[in-house]
Amino acid sequence: MLNIDCPYCGLRNETEFSCGGEAHITRPVSNNLLSKKEWSEYLFSRHNPKGVFLERWVHTSGCRKWFNIVRNTMTNEIYETYKIGTKPKSLTGKEAYKNNWRRHTKAETNKVEKNNVKK
Amino acid sequence: MIINNQNKQQKYSLFSIIKNSFSNHQNWNKAWRNPSPKKNYDAVIVGGGGHGLASAYYLASIHGIKNIAVIEKGWIGGGNTGRNTTIIRSNYLWDESAAIYEHSLKLWEGLTQELNFNIMFSQRGVLTIAHSEHELKEMSRRVHAIKLNGIDSDILNPQEIKKFVPTINIDQNIRYPVMGGFLQQRGGTARHDAVAWGYARAADSYGVDIIQNCEVHNILCNKDKVVGIDTNQGRINTSKLGVVVAGHSSVLADKVGIRLPIQSRPLQALVSEPIKPILDTVIMSNAVHMYISQSDKGEMVLGAGVDKYNSYAQKGSFPVTQHMIASAIELFPILSRLRMLRHWGGIVDTCPDASPIISKTDIKGLYFNCGWGTGGFKATPGSGHVFADLIAKDEPNSISKPFSLNRFEDGLLIDEHGAAGVAH
Repeated sequence: MLNIDCPYCGLRNETEFSCGGEAHITRPVSNNLLSKKEWSEYLFSRHNPKGVFLERWVHTSGCRKWFNIVRNTMTNEIYETYKIGTKPKSLTGKEAYKNNWRRHTKAETNKVEKNNVKK
Repeated sequence: MIINNQNKQQKYSLFSIIKNSFSNHQNWNKAWRNPSPKKNYDAVIVGGGGHGLASAYYLASIHGIKNIAVIEKGWIGGGNTGRNTTIIRSNYLWDESAAIYEHSLKLWEGLTQELNFNIMFSQRGVLTIAHSEHELKEMSRRVHAIKLNGIDSDILNPQEIKKFVPTINIDQNIRYPVMGGFLQQRGGTARHDAVAWGYARAADSYGVDIIQNCEVHNILCNKDKVVGIDTNQGRINTSKLGVVVAGHSSVLADKVGIRLPIQSRPLQALVSEPIKPILDTVIMSNAVHMYISQSDKGEMVLGAGVDKYNSYAQKGSFPVTQHMIASAIELFPILSRLRMLRHWGGIVDTCPDASPIISKTDIKGLYFNCGWGTGGFKATPGSGHVFADLIAKDEPNSISKPFSLNRFEDGLLIDEHGAAGVAH
């Protein structure tokens, strides 16, 4: 049984929450520049680590707000919970964020190109 | 049959039992050898569960590749193969699924004879119950679709269900009344351990090396080609590598930068203390959300849905266990005093469309067979059969083609959430 520290309501029981899967998946800003494979990576491919995982949860039977969790999928240890739209602050969370393969996908690195298009 | 000069297997028969009784059963051969890994293999299968062992067996028996190793981290059949609710059926909605699961069911029907190992396959029927008018209508639509694919499936009314399952309560004034159901009489159960052992023994008789306690640390590639694996028992060279590791598929795929759409979740099952026979079929219910059968030892075997978050912890969360037991009692109140003996949480590889992945990859010689999620056991023979074909020919056949990884790029998903029995 997990005890989850909702950033808005505090420590509550797992049964009050629903899990929304991998966090920090950026919607590709210029999807017409993506190949089928890159688009499928955004839509279907999911990080599934045996270890530290950044994931989204929603406090379904509480404040109904979404937030993020840094959790170890081997031990179920929760290192940190943080609000949606922010990045993890713990060292473990920062590392996991940086090392995720998604940081190097075109969906994320394309942002620069998009800015160029606008000009 | 499965006897060849390399590893002579005694044929199990009444005659051999009588013959061995004269020597007090002291001279039976080991069912499989315990070899150390060789340096080179023509093909290596990672994962010594049912699917992996079946793949190796069919590679050897049908495709004539004899120099094969099955690499297993623990002991064979010690993972999900030995931890599932052993339900076998082929009543799936879509043509692609019907083809692979029916292919599998047909292989199950002759498997005990083929392997010369009693897998205790029992076609006791799988009955899925409807608890509402809507569910019953949806069910008849599905039954007609299934029948069009030539798979046996029949709608039963509550009276017929009562006759088939005397312990069930068909009173219409309960919370989840039994409105009807559909039965696949050819479905049933098999002894899961025997499936792993039977395939292992048969594969071994063809010279397949089954290497246990051997963990794969890395997949070695030269440019875009597989050259071998790095294990805790040293390096093993091969040009054909089949990965059949269920919940750990993403971990191995990650070593070579392959991204899978898989999420690893615990799936729980419970086994009760043994009781007198009360249930001689398999009952499933989508609305109450559980499935139940009775093992030959008399234990009630129950299962339900997966846990709601990713985990490799091999233990399920308590609320899910609680929900599973509550559902079982809802359907069979007589179970309320039953004590549970064992509880498992196996890590299953769930796919977004609840259908498996049997596929080549961008790396030549690297094949994945995964994504079976909550329902892989029933597919063991068929999965191994088509995966062996894929590895041997480097091209998918008509059954495995729709299950390639490309479907996530082309959008040709095989959405089996509805027909997969219980929600994922």
